[in-house]
Amino acid sequence: MKETKKVGGANPRQEKAKKNSRYTDVSGAEIIQDENFHVMSPGRMVAKRFFRSKLSVIGLCMIIFVFVFSFIGPFVVDVTWGYGETQVFKIERVSSMVTTADFDAADGKIYQYYDESQSHIYFKAPISWEHWLGTDTSGFDIFVRLMYGGRISLTISFLVIFLETILGVFFGGIAGYFGKWVDQLIMRIVDIFFCLPGLPILLILSATIASIEAIPAEHRIYYLMGCLTLIGWSGTARLVRGQILMLREQEYMMAAETTGIPARKKIFKHLIPNVMPQLIVTMTLGLGGIILYESTLSYLGLGVPFPRAAWGSMIALADPSKGQEILANYPNMWVPAGILIIVTVLGFSFIGDGLRDAFDPRMKR
Amino acid sequence: MWKYIRKRLILAVVILLGVSMLIYLLSMLMPTDYIDRQTAPALSNGTMTLEDVTRLKELYGLADKSFLGIVGSYARWLGGTFTGNLGFSFLYGKPVSQVINEYMWTSFTLALIAFIIETAVSIPMGIRAAVNQYGGYDYTVSVLAMIGTALPSFFLAALLMNVFCIHLGWFPLQGLTTATKIFAPDAHMEIFLDKAWHLVLPIMVLVLLGIGGLMRFTRTNMLEVMNSDYIRTARAKGLSEHTVIYKHAFRNTLIPLVTTLSGSLPGLFGGAMITETVFAVPGIGYIALRATMQGDIPFIMGYNMFLAILTVVGMLISDLMYMVVDPRVKLK
Repeated sequence: MKETKKVGGANPRQEKAKKNSRYTDVSGAEIIQDENFHVMSPGRMVAKRFFRSKLSVIGLCMIIFVFVFSFIGPFVVDVTWGYGETQVFKIERVSSMVTTADFDAADGKIYQYYDESQSHIYFKAPISWEHWLGTDTSGFDIFVRLMYGGRISLTISFLVIFLETILGVFFGGIAGYFGKWVDQLIMRIVDIFFCLPGLPILLILSATIASIEAIPAEHRIYYLMGCLTLIGWSGTARLVRGQILMLREQEYMMAAETTGIPARKKIFKHLIPNVMPQLIVTMTLGLGGIILYESTLSYLGLGVPFPRAAWGSMIALADPSKGQEILANYPNMWVPAGILIIVTVLGFSFIGDGLRDAFDPRMKR
Repeated sequence: MWKYIRKRLILAVVILLGVSMLIYLLSMLMPTDYIDRQTAPALSNGTMTLEDVTRLKELYGLADKSFLGIVGSYARWLGGTFTGNLGFSFLYGKPVSQVINEYMWTSFTLALIAFIIETAVSIPMGIRAAVNQYGGYDYTVSVLAMIGTALPSFFLAALLMNVFCIHLGWFPLQGLTTATKIFAPDAHMEIFLDKAWHLVLPIMVLVLLGIGGLMRFTRTNMLEVMNSDYIRTARAKGLSEHTVIYKHAFRNTLIPLVTTLSGSLPGLFGGAMITETVFAVPGIGYIALRATMQGDIPFIMGYNMFLAILTVVGMLISDLMYMVVDPRVKLK
């Protein structure tokens, strides 16, 4: 049946495929496509392998959820409920505290002492229809603050990873391509940055940044994360250098050499694109790490300043050094933020793993 | 071989010099001087004059913040470092090296126990997952391991505290010793048990956070070995699966494992800053975080240098171990 179709040639479907064919062979003649012959671009092959893995699809869904939640969520809330992260709600409720104690009276009987005191609380409202996760110690709506916190975390992590990659590709590319003393010099600098203790250095830098008065308090976290890129680029540079050292020896690079194109073009048109798959994987896996870093800094109170929300600082409410009340009785204040951090970081690692398997099936493990 | 070791040692010294310069420069840029903070009340009520404060700062080499001044004080600090004198901690009122030495052992005990449990649990798990690749066990363990690496330490700590300290009441919330109890000075066993009881949750946090990475590392390396030719040969010879896995495959998986694990040993002295702080365990991480928040510059520099040295020593050990463990490695 198929055979006849092929031989017939007048099949309208095949005619159509001929017109739209984008593929030509070396001599410029068009390659004819029919349904038995599929040309798949490498990108589509990667996508197909990526979507075949269940975990990577789950990871993608997790990340899409977090993105929708924290980038579209605030707009929806603003339109429907009409408030933002720093809106204070005073919801009055009466809390009564009962204390009892037994004591021996002078007449030999045991009396019970009973005292009930009432106090009015305006903050820390429980979960309700108006406030899906209640309000926190300052009367802010927790659910809405989660959205704004996610926006900060995601924005920062993407900014940091892109800057880090640019720095890493630049220095790693130069070191790997030129070799010799350039390589030696750059790699020693990379070693030095690699040995810097990350968190303590960031703590020092945050104190320095806080003292510069030209920087408004809301922008401090961005400068701090800028510093994080300065510490973190060394890993990317190592990866890029290693890959380029390997690629440099391959035949296609010799062919590029013979065409006499400038070094800049050889690096950025022929070498870097071949490092891209690995780079994308490392970038995706790195995103989670940066989110953890950012939330740690917020937890320590070095992130976005108080009235604004961050996941880390929401969990910091449960810090037992500030009293056990919230840790024990108000899990609605800190557990959702923690779960969102886990979902985001996990989503990125699922996607990163899926991408690694999809880019290079041999590396599948 | 000696040539290689000498080359690595020289490299380590160069790296440490570079790191020390960076750390010194960064710490010098730090504004929150402990001296300023301490002398502020005395200055405002007139018991101290500005000259006194300046003299104090000169004493610690913090007065001159120009470029030349920093270079000069760096040279002095470096000279002191070689003789083991890291300066004097403002906050703790003792020499920095003494403070580090005093507190690092708590951190080390904590980290070492966690490290041993981690290794003992995650290596068998990784092997089993690799042997049943894409099986139910593999998926479950891998996903759990990934969740472990995705957990922020402070959140895990808060969850554990909520469940085990507050609702179940099994473990104390914070600290290293029970403050309300007074022990006889010779009741070593009781003191030991009390401390161990306080350390259960911090160790649990460290183990849960660390297990995932090590398990995945074992799994990856095991899979790599399992796909190699000599394993196929071993199977073709008709050896039992048990012999193939534990005698042929696992031995070669040990090479990267031993190098990485031995390289991470020095890091155990560095302390777990966040975990120690959440549980208020007086280890080196907790002490360092407090010092950083208060601007105790000599201690900050000493501590960061200490961490950098630990990292460099770790790298050195893992490179040397690689050579010891794998006889195929040729040295340049």
